[in-house]
Amino acid sequence: MFRQVAHRLLTRSTTNHSACAAATILRPYSTDVSTDASSGDSAFVEAWKKVAPNIDPPKTPIQFMEPRPPTPSTLPSKLTVNFVLPYAAELSKAEVDMVIVPATTGQMGILPGHVPTIAELKPGLLSVHEGNDVKKYFISSGFAFVHSNSYADILAVEAIPLDRIDPAQVQKGLSEFTQKLNSASTDLDKAEAQIGVDVHSALNSALTG
Amino acid sequence: MAMAALRREGRRFAPLISSPNPINAIRSTLAPAEEQVGLGVRSISTQVVRNRMKSVRNIQKITKAMKMVAASKLRAIQVRAENSRGLWQPFTALLGDTPSVNVKKNVIVTISSDKGLCGGINSTSVKISRALHKINSGPDTECKYVILGEKGKAQLIRDSKKDIELILTELQKNFLNYTQVSVLADDILKNVEFDALRIVFNKFQSVVSFLPTTATVLSPEIVERESEAGGKIGDLDSYEIEGGETKSEVLQNLAEFQFSCVMFNAVLENACSEQGARMSAMDSSSRNAGDMLDRLTLTYNRTRQASITTELIEIISGASALEG
Repeated sequence: MFRQVAHRLLTRSTTNHSACAAATILRPYSTDVSTDASSGDSAFVEAWKKVAPNIDPPKTPIQFMEPRPPTPSTLPSKLTVNFVLPYAAELSKAEVDMVIVPATTGQMGILPGHVPTIAELKPGLLSVHEGNDVKKYFISSGFAFVHSNSYADILAVEAIPLDRIDPAQVQKGLSEFTQKLNSASTDLDKAEAQIGVDVHSALNSALTG
Repeated sequence: MAMAALRREGRRFAPLISSPNPINAIRSTLAPAEEQVGLGVRSISTQVVRNRMKSVRNIQKITKAMKMVAASKLRAIQVRAENSRGLWQPFTALLGDTPSVNVKKNVIVTISSDKGLCGGINSTSVKISRALHKINSGPDTECKYVILGEKGKAQLIRDSKKDIELILTELQKNFLNYTQVSVLADDILKNVEFDALRIVFNKFQSVVSFLPTTATVLSPEIVERESEAGGKIGDLDSYEIEGGETKSEVLQNLAEFQFSCVMFNAVLENACSEQGARMSAMDSSSRNAGDMLDRLTLTYNRTRQASITTELIEIISGASALEG
């Protein structure tokens, strides 16, 4: 009966609305939030049932994720990259040859079969190499995980393709922050100015290098 | 005096909008009104029913408008929520999902809405939070709340006032963005001691379906402990750590980043669910108002026809009395 009510709600809404609203309501969910067949952590479900038997246990994130493939026995030829930002998933399961990430210890190249790594990233240049194609982005800091099954996850807060950066603004910003750093009095101001200088000089070297 | 009685009856009708048997209530309360009127007044007044119909019609218009507004807000925020879904997946792929982890200091972060009229999603979140609190508070463990949103605060402050650490409201006043959420996350991390953070929110699955979900973020010490104990995070040791001076520093940054990413996605999903729930609540409210309007129309017509019939009878009986 509940399903009929829900169905009636949907059909009624579509007849009453304009096309765009109807598109929203009828549009099937575009990203995969398929509820997995696995019922999640069994110990959690058990503990839940003891405390609150009448309420369904809440779902956990692992039920909404496609499971990752296990480590293959032979070296895979391509690296699968997920490059995500808070606002978009730039690359999702893209098969590439190599990625170079700006880790805090320097530029790090990731090839298929790389040893599993957790790398902290600093503002710098990220390049994705696919055959002869190279895509370059300037990223603010983030993290990069490389798993043993040749999956690389790169998370950044902001990423801009290089051709969208204006060199004049970069120079202006750099001089501004250097000035602020020299005239900074408190530790907080000094730290903020230092961050500004670092980011702008990284931008500079990314544009030129 | 009859009119005053009718007016009093009319005022009592107002809260009946959400009552389960409005039709019986109307019939039963109008019948005595007719009797009282029959005593001295000529024609039965349809004013009461007409006033009621006007107010129900206004309510129907308002709820229809609210539904349209919620639909347009939903459209805007749904895109952003779906785009942010990739953000928490790498963390779950790396660290696994351990809602049954046993730690001393649990903090439950309940995400709820600020505005009401959005169906049952806030009550669901609060129920889940309370159950999680029960699971996780034992003789040597403690469990605290951090509440985001007015509705959650109103419900949890009644019985768990001493367990609430931090309350944050008016999140959606400015456009929700990652910077705002990361400042919030920073606030929480600074002021609250935790071993495990359990975020409770409603995940948006579709316009009519919202799944209550709980995501767990562990503090770096617990991550180390669990990875040594084996189990889901067992192979964390096999990962090389690049960057930072020590492994613990990187793990600390990782935990903080994980918290802000998971919070961002959770806040967006909850906002989506709120708009979707408001849409369906307002839709069922307008439909209910429409049904009520149909019933009132029938009553109105009956009342009107009865008064016309009464007039005719009086006239005809008066005329026949004159003749015969």
